[in-house]
Amino acid sequence: MTGSRLVTLLAGIGLTAASGAAHAIAWYFQTPASKMAAEIDWLHQVLMWIILVIFVGVFGFMFYACYAHRKSIGHKAEQFHENTTVEILWTVIPALILVVIAWPVTKAVIAQKDTSAPDLTVKVTGYQWKWGYDYLKGEGEGISFVSTLATPREQIDGHAPKGEHYLLEVDNELVVPVGKKVRILTTAADVVHSWWVPAFGAKQDAIPGFIRDTWFRAEQEGTFRSQCVELCGKEHGFMPIVVRVVSQPEYAKWVGEQKKVMAAAADDPGKTWDAKELVARGERVYAANCVACHQASGQGSPAMKAPALAGDKFVTGNKEGPIDTVLNGRPNTAMQAFGKQLSDTEIAAVITYARNSWGNKAAEVQPAEVKARRK
Amino acid sequence: MSAVVHDHDHPHGHGHDHAHGHDHHHGPYGGVMRWVTTTNHKDIGTLYLWFSFIMFSIGGLMAVGIRLELFSPGLQFVNPDFFNQLTTMHGLIMVFGAIMPVFVGFANWQIPMMIGAPDMAFARLNNWSFWLLPFAATLLVLSFFMPGGAPGVGWTLYAPLTVQMGIGMDLTIFAVHILGMSSILGSINIITTILNMRAPGMTLMRMPLFCWTWLITAYLLVAAMPVLAGAVTMTLTDRHFGTTFFNAAGGGDPVLYQHIFWFFGHPEVYIIALPGFGVISQVIPAFSRKPLFGYASMVYATAAIAIISFIVWAHHMYTVGMPVTGQLFFMYATMLVAVPTGVKVFNWVATMWKGSLTFETPMLFACGFLFMFTLGGFTGLVLSVVPIDIQMHDTYYVVAHFHYVMVAGALFAAFAGIYFWLPKWTGRMYNETLGQIHFWLTMIFFNMIFFVQHFLGLAGMPRRIPDYNPMFETWNKISSLGAFGMGLAQVLFLYIVVSTIRSGKPAPQKPWEGADSLEWTHLPTPPPYHTFETQPIIK
Repeated sequence: MTGSRLVTLLAGIGLTAASGAAHAIAWYFQTPASKMAAEIDWLHQVLMWIILVIFVGVFGFMFYACYAHRKSIGHKAEQFHENTTVEILWTVIPALILVVIAWPVTKAVIAQKDTSAPDLTVKVTGYQWKWGYDYLKGEGEGISFVSTLATPREQIDGHAPKGEHYLLEVDNELVVPVGKKVRILTTAADVVHSWWVPAFGAKQDAIPGFIRDTWFRAEQEGTFRSQCVELCGKEHGFMPIVVRVVSQPEYAKWVGEQKKVMAAAADDPGKTWDAKELVARGERVYAANCVACHQASGQGSPAMKAPALAGDKFVTGNKEGPIDTVLNGRPNTAMQAFGKQLSDTEIAAVITYARNSWGNKAAEVQPAEVKARRK
Repeated sequence: MSAVVHDHDHPHGHGHDHAHGHDHHHGPYGGVMRWVTTTNHKDIGTLYLWFSFIMFSIGGLMAVGIRLELFSPGLQFVNPDFFNQLTTMHGLIMVFGAIMPVFVGFANWQIPMMIGAPDMAFARLNNWSFWLLPFAATLLVLSFFMPGGAPGVGWTLYAPLTVQMGIGMDLTIFAVHILGMSSILGSINIITTILNMRAPGMTLMRMPLFCWTWLITAYLLVAAMPVLAGAVTMTLTDRHFGTTFFNAAGGGDPVLYQHIFWFFGHPEVYIIALPGFGVISQVIPAFSRKPLFGYASMVYATAAIAIISFIVWAHHMYTVGMPVTGQLFFMYATMLVAVPTGVKVFNWVATMWKGSLTFETPMLFACGFLFMFTLGGFTGLVLSVVPIDIQMHDTYYVVAHFHYVMVAGALFAAFAGIYFWLPKWTGRMYNETLGQIHFWLTMIFFNMIFFVQHFLGLAGMPRRIPDYNPMFETWNKISSLGAFGMGLAQVLFLYIVVSTIRSGKPAPQKPWEGADSLEWTHLPTPPPYHTFETQPIIK
């Protein structure tokens, strides 16, 4: 009975391996792209060798005893049960091995903590469920954008084949120059998130209300992928981190483009929009910011305490209510304050969209009205 | 030093209690009331063991649900929110509902018999310690049916995510309170029993090591559980009463929660592991037909591990951003754990060395424990190193590591103990062939589940995600297949236990040649309802 089951099982594993062959099978650290990641890799390998030697030694004894000291081959038990010399030795020797390990490790710990003298400082803000990047100091200062998952929903639901970078692709990548020391400041707007790029050996929790830091210096150009590594709620698995490392001239070019894009994107706050324009713009804002909880159908999600917007009197009622909610959030819920993330125009647009979708019908909200409610 | 004792007043094969003709005065109620009202340590031990098995099954089903979703990339079976609820409840139920109670069950059955006491010190308290558990478990399971479902925050219940949860979070908090109360009461009982009720001549350093590990565990519980109660209470008041312990906007700090939680959480790891060490320290000498090597150093190593466990908590938090001196302190302290743990492993191997070994099911599980717990210990050493941990933190490497410690450590030790003592408890032998099949299936499937998770973690798959990039697919498939197999293997375990109770062959008083503690040498099989009403004299 067990035999046939084992065969089935092995066949299953074989099939699995065959199906997995379509994609590369990852089983070890990503190729290091910074000295710190290379150092971590090296420390890990040294440790694995030490462990392997001890493991083989200890279990060599155990399996030898299992083989040679069996009752079934007539081995008689000896009755010794103490040996002070041996016991002292196997207390002291492991302690000494630990001291030997601790020495190079201590140097790595200190190096990893040294965030001084960066060439570029970027603040990373964790939101449920996206990352905000603000270039604070160095070339590109003032650039600011939000980075969200770019994988289409159809791939997640299995209605479309999954791409190579499934769940590890974003709309706006963090772009940094090669060979420069980048200091990352982390914080969060709602709950604890964690920012990680394995190829750089840099991971730092993002704590709401506090600033923490880490750093990296990418040694080669390329695109490096990862995702949030601290459970932050429903969409925790869907907020990737993508860093594109480019050459210095390319970086300068990118900075120039970004500045232009930002200038162009800045809406004239005094402009009066017509309702159609606002709804169209609002749909995009909704898709990027609201859809995870309130759903594309506007039906909300009880699990997230996210109420249905469709047919909701608060949404279609007086304008101040929805404006204040979007600007300031609702305490103790995932409804965060969007006042700092979105412009007056975007907020006006998304509220207008919600007031005129899924059967809702109400007057549009103009950017000036949002501006008036800002404190 | 060893538990080899001689009591010439009561020769082997002769139950001490048979000398008394008035057993029937103390007989149990019939039916359900027997179990509700019982103050008998054996009955309560049985209750704990069955409760633990039920929770193990529920938690196991949740694990199967998790592995089902992770079988392929994409979302197939559960939505991300329910996935988080499953991981949270799987952790809480396995830790507090399955692993902790199973060892309290062992303690109840074994400690009085091993130290020659008639029962636990506080018999009624003992009843209450157990009967708190079903209420707590009900609250935990009920949270799934609340608006918003069970909390989806991970078993560590990190703030401030907990503030966003629905009423299920409050049920969980109350459940944790009740579980903690049960543990503290049970521990007080165990400490009092061991310190005050040992038979004449049963000095502390003559006790079977199982009693020692439980004595130390009980102190850990008394010290650690109130800290957890504090942490969840602060969460409760942050949620409902406007406090801001963990909210920076009001002067609090989310990281404070993590410090408090892990100040409980790390001792908790040893609360789970130490009684298992005790079981293994009974089983290995019995099947090696040789006294435990280094009994005294085993006791000191256990105490050393317990003490160190209170100064290593922040190694769960290397990535929160602590000063470099903090990282170094917690790293050195954590590495230090390897020394007493190493002593234990060496002692167990030295016990087997030049023994006369046989490999019945308990010994198989003990060897499996030794082999894989050590593996988990080694990955623990890897994770103690700050830069490496920063790379692995919150990835599947950590999941693999702690399952090697908790499943291959605690669960295998529990299986070893159950097969070891089942003949004594029930008076019947289990089916040896089936027992060995159960061992091999569990061993193979366990490694299928968790060994490959080391690779997932190294390659960068975060834990607690319901969906992943296809580059992780192969290992996840193997892991999921292993989980389904391991689940089925436990159905066999249930069958073995039930068939033993109903129709096993009668067991002799001492079915294991090398077993030497009081329950084997002084008590018939099965032991009568009340044992050691007159304490034996240990010479």
